[in-house]
Amino acid sequence: MSIQHYQSIFGNAATETRQFNTLFVIFLVVCAIMYLAVIAFLILGLVRRRRSDAANTVEEGRHHDSNPRMQAGLIGWAAVVGTGLVALAIASFVADRSMAVAAAHEKLSITVTANQWWWDVQYNAADNSKMVRTANEIHLPVGVPVHIYLKSNDVIHSFWVPSLAGKQDLIPGRENDITITPRKLGIYRGQCAEFCGAEHAKMALVVDVDSYSDFIKWWRHQLEEAAPPATPLAKAGYAFVTSRNCGACHAIAGTPASGTVGPDLTHLASRRTLAASMPMGEGNLYGWVADPQSIKPGTRMPTIGLEPDQLHAVVAYLETLK
Amino acid sequence: MIPQRVKQEDERLARERAKLARDGPKLKGAKLEARLERTWRRPPGILGWLATVDHKEIGRRYIVTALIFLALGGALAAVMRLQLAVPDNNLVGAQRYNELFTMHGSTMMFLFAVPVMEGVAVFIIPLMLGTRSTAFPRLNAFSYYMYVFGGLLLWGAFALNIGPDVGWFAYTPLSGPQFSPGKRADVWAQMITFTEVSALAAAVVLVCTILKTRAPGMTLARMPLFAWAMLVVAVMIIFSMPAVALCSSMLISDRLIGTNFYNAYEHGDALLWQHLFWFFGHPEVYIIFLPATGFVSVITETFCRRPIFAYPVVVLALISTGILAFGLWVHHMFATGLPRVGYSFYTSASMTVAIPTALQIFCWLATMWDGRPRLQVPMLYVIGFIVIFVIGGLTGVIIASVPLDLELHDTYFIVAHFHYVLIGGAVFPLLGILTYWFPKITGRMMSETLGKIGFWMLFLGFQLAFFPMHFAGLLGMPRRVYTYPAGLGLELPNLLSTVGAFVVASAVVLFVINGLFSLYRGTIAPQNPWGATSLEWATASPPPPYNFAHIPVVESRTPLWDAKGELPVVTGLRVDEKEILLTTVVAAAPDLREPVPEPSLWPLIAAIAVGVLFVSSIFSPWAVVFGAIPAAIATAAWFWPKELKRHPEPVIS
Amino acid sequence: MILEPRFTDDVADLPTHKFGPSSLTWWGIIGFMVIEGAFFALAFAAYFFLMGHEQGWPPEGRQPPNLLWGTLFLVVMLISEVPNSMIKKAAHERDVPTIRALMPVIIGVGALLLVIRGFEFNNLNCRWTDDAYSSIVWTLLFLHTTHIITDWGDTIVLWALMMTDVGWEPRRLVDTDENCLYWRYVWLLWIPVYLMIYWVPRL
Repeated sequence: MSIQHYQSIFGNAATETRQFNTLFVIFLVVCAIMYLAVIAFLILGLVRRRRSDAANTVEEGRHHDSNPRMQAGLIGWAAVVGTGLVALAIASFVADRSMAVAAAHEKLSITVTANQWWWDVQYNAADNSKMVRTANEIHLPVGVPVHIYLKSNDVIHSFWVPSLAGKQDLIPGRENDITITPRKLGIYRGQCAEFCGAEHAKMALVVDVDSYSDFIKWWRHQLEEAAPPATPLAKAGYAFVTSRNCGACHAIAGTPASGTVGPDLTHLASRRTLAASMPMGEGNLYGWVADPQSIKPGTRMPTIGLEPDQLHAVVAYLETLK
Repeated sequence: MIPQRVKQEDERLARERAKLARDGPKLKGAKLEARLERTWRRPPGILGWLATVDHKEIGRRYIVTALIFLALGGALAAVMRLQLAVPDNNLVGAQRYNELFTMHGSTMMFLFAVPVMEGVAVFIIPLMLGTRSTAFPRLNAFSYYMYVFGGLLLWGAFALNIGPDVGWFAYTPLSGPQFSPGKRADVWAQMITFTEVSALAAAVVLVCTILKTRAPGMTLARMPLFAWAMLVVAVMIIFSMPAVALCSSMLISDRLIGTNFYNAYEHGDALLWQHLFWFFGHPEVYIIFLPATGFVSVITETFCRRPIFAYPVVVLALISTGILAFGLWVHHMFATGLPRVGYSFYTSASMTVAIPTALQIFCWLATMWDGRPRLQVPMLYVIGFIVIFVIGGLTGVIIASVPLDLELHDTYFIVAHFHYVLIGGAVFPLLGILTYWFPKITGRMMSETLGKIGFWMLFLGFQLAFFPMHFAGLLGMPRRVYTYPAGLGLELPNLLSTVGAFVVASAVVLFVINGLFSLYRGTIAPQNPWGATSLEWATASPPPPYNFAHIPVVESRTPLWDAKGELPVVTGLRVDEKEILLTTVVAAAPDLREPVPEPSLWPLIAAIAVGVLFVSSIFSPWAVVFGAIPAAIATAAWFWPKELKRHPEPVIS
Repeated sequence: MILEPRFTDDVADLPTHKFGPSSLTWWGIIGFMVIEGAFFALAFAAYFFLMGHEQGWPPEGRQPPNLLWGTLFLVVMLISEVPNSMIKKAAHERDVPTIRALMPVIIGVGALLLVIRGFEFNNLNCRWTDDAYSSIVWTLLFLHTTHIITDWGDTIVLWALMMTDVGWEPRRLVDTDENCLYWRYVWLLWIPVYLMIYWVPRL
């Protein structure tokens, strides 16, 4: 499955990032002008032709004198720099205030809990039967402001989907939050942006911005329990998974597996990525289930040493978890 | 009340005092110099080398050691860049890469940038101020040894595969006991203790030297701008280093004895670390930058043949930068979820701090405008500094804005920003000043040709290495990642950066080759090869151990340019015992004659004792108690006089 | 161009010792005092930062430290200023016998203070591992203890020196004067530390 993952800050895909783009351009233009002024002054100072006795140097005996217009120049320079900075500061505050305008009413609320090195995503709902739990992937309806609560189970992480919004840290013992209003359909990639240990580089997430109806379809599907396995191989996989303590860490709705320490696997195979870092696919599933420690050393999932037929069975079962 | 015996002794000593040889019209020239040489040179051999209190030797050691750490830190960067040259690379695994960037940042910040500035200051400041020694030269020696031992701890641990891997900033709770078991993070935290003790000692030495040992007539208003910069920096060190000392000690105690400063589940707070660390961390970068502005003032003055325009403005800019630097630290924490209204203050402060620096830049450019710039190698580095640093300063203004920083924080845009301000703003002036003061330090000139080639290699290589990082950040590349996936557009910027990094490395190697070659084959330098104006050029290159035959008197901001063939001096200091002149703080009127300590091994021994205390306290808290005993004995022995008898004039033996 | 010296004033008659800011070591001591002050100020900031998170302080209804031993410490320290000031005055008057007699008093007081400090640690009503409040309280007390121990050690070494003939050297009297200054700083700094540990939790 090939997907275009897009992680640029100029993704322009949400209200928040549009404001970023405008502000960035303003800052860039003002800073570029200031820079050119400095370089112009530098170059002119170096190359200008001086009459044989016109400079205020020690050789000419005038090193204690200065060009009389320099003082005015200094004051003018200070005024220009000061004004420029004040203007930029005001632009920054204005943008900041407008980005901080909270969503009118919380139509959609998600809690993301960061772990070393994966994202636990939970769609909050009034009653438990409507709660969706998934991992490393968020689906959002376009145009709807979503309020994301940010927590951490271990160290400090940072939630960052550049095309949609600026980042916000997830800090153990605190609850932070961020509001995003996506404006463009598409698939956007994000990454943890605060060094969180060995596999920090492999803690990505995908945000899928859908039309409202597609989003509801996805959400309803997520509420369904896992389909029971149909083929013998998948049944063998199911037996293995439920008897061998996979359920101590993982949950699969509709089965005895109900651990919450690790990602929810109910609809694993319909996700776009695996282990927060690889595209979902049979080959990657094989590799991950067989030996997670060699792919992401230090990850919390142990390598348990499966026999080949056990491996085939487990992967076959996992592939049914769409 | 004073016993008769003591009064008689006082009188006897007074009679002896009258017989002591002093410099002056009756004792000058070669005869004086020979006797001063005998008095001031340190004992020969390895023990003498270890026991030296000569600020020039200690300064040289600091510089050489810091340059070695620059090379080591650069080698780490080369490996990092090789790993990042292509996506999904497996040259270096995650764990090793995390150690590499931790070591790179820690080495560059703690073992290179601050010590090299201290080292240059320790070498040149007494010469620039017209005196023969720093204040507290044994403390100066101690500070060097603590620095070296801290570096050995860090690199020794790295070589033994217990080097730190939590970043140079070691955020909790990642660096705490639960998520970083073992001793890696403790090694880092204790390296901080070594280097911070070293820096604080050097800061006290510098403040006291600059305030009390200046040449007569060198009022604060006539003091060279580099001395002003170091005074501000030393005060900044005094106020900021305790913050990192405190938070790293709290980290060690969380890890070793179970305190809970950073543990949110026991009423602690992970953000306590960030506040304390950045309260130090932000002033730290100005501690690195302000000496470099001093270098720029020195070079610009000499190579434009006139003093810096608007000296009072530059002084006020240095002081206000030093003060403002303490009000910015929260801009490193914009993503942590603190109240947005509070952030606005730090945005304003972060932008305000640009103003004094912008004024300094105007003053340097005005000096060039009003003078006759000579484009020799040190001046080229100043020009490179302006071109590069101002870009970094402007990207700094960009990230001072909260909405912009929330996208750019912790991305390669930030990596670009701080390399622009640190390499452009500190390394370029440093290479310029090392070229400039090379003749004073070694007695030979560096090769102008190799210097020019090296400058252009560094300038162009730097742009190639770091400019693309702005784009990598804008395309979504976070920091501290050992690899990145294909398909995000990060391949080209990273490849360019890697190529550029090797050009930069070659330029640094070329600089070192130039230095080594020039050390043995460079043109012999006269006393004042650049025709400069400050007092260090009023003595030989390199200076004799006693710096000046007579203590000079200063009558203007540009003493040698106003000297008219003769140098006013004071007379009357002892010749056969080490002595300097203390002057008053503001007006620099002669005040006191001060003996200078003899060389001693006790600073080294005390540093070893303290070092053993620090290193063993990584393993057991009792080390603090038991290790304190040898440290106390060594410190007491340091101050205890070699012989318990009174002298006609005081000596410190 | 080598510059010829032009002789101006002669400084041979300048003294080699003076009390106060003319003394180089005075500045060194001020420098270290500022460093230690910064250290404590930051520890206070950490204390208030942690306190700001809590509804009650100490958190979880813990008992604040017993007032007795800390207050006793404060009283003894304040009283020690009496011999301390006498020593300082004696230093200015070159009254070495008085210095030699009174310094052991300070040293004895220092030993007594360390004993009281032991009781203080035992009566903090918490253990440093309990929570962040306990950690910062123990840390504040520990930092001040190192302060006392180093000044106590300095004073013992200086007294040993003053007991010899070298004690009559004018520069040793400046050292003595500066040691008294430092002792003043140690008890002055105790006042806010005492208030932080013992009284802020009672507000």
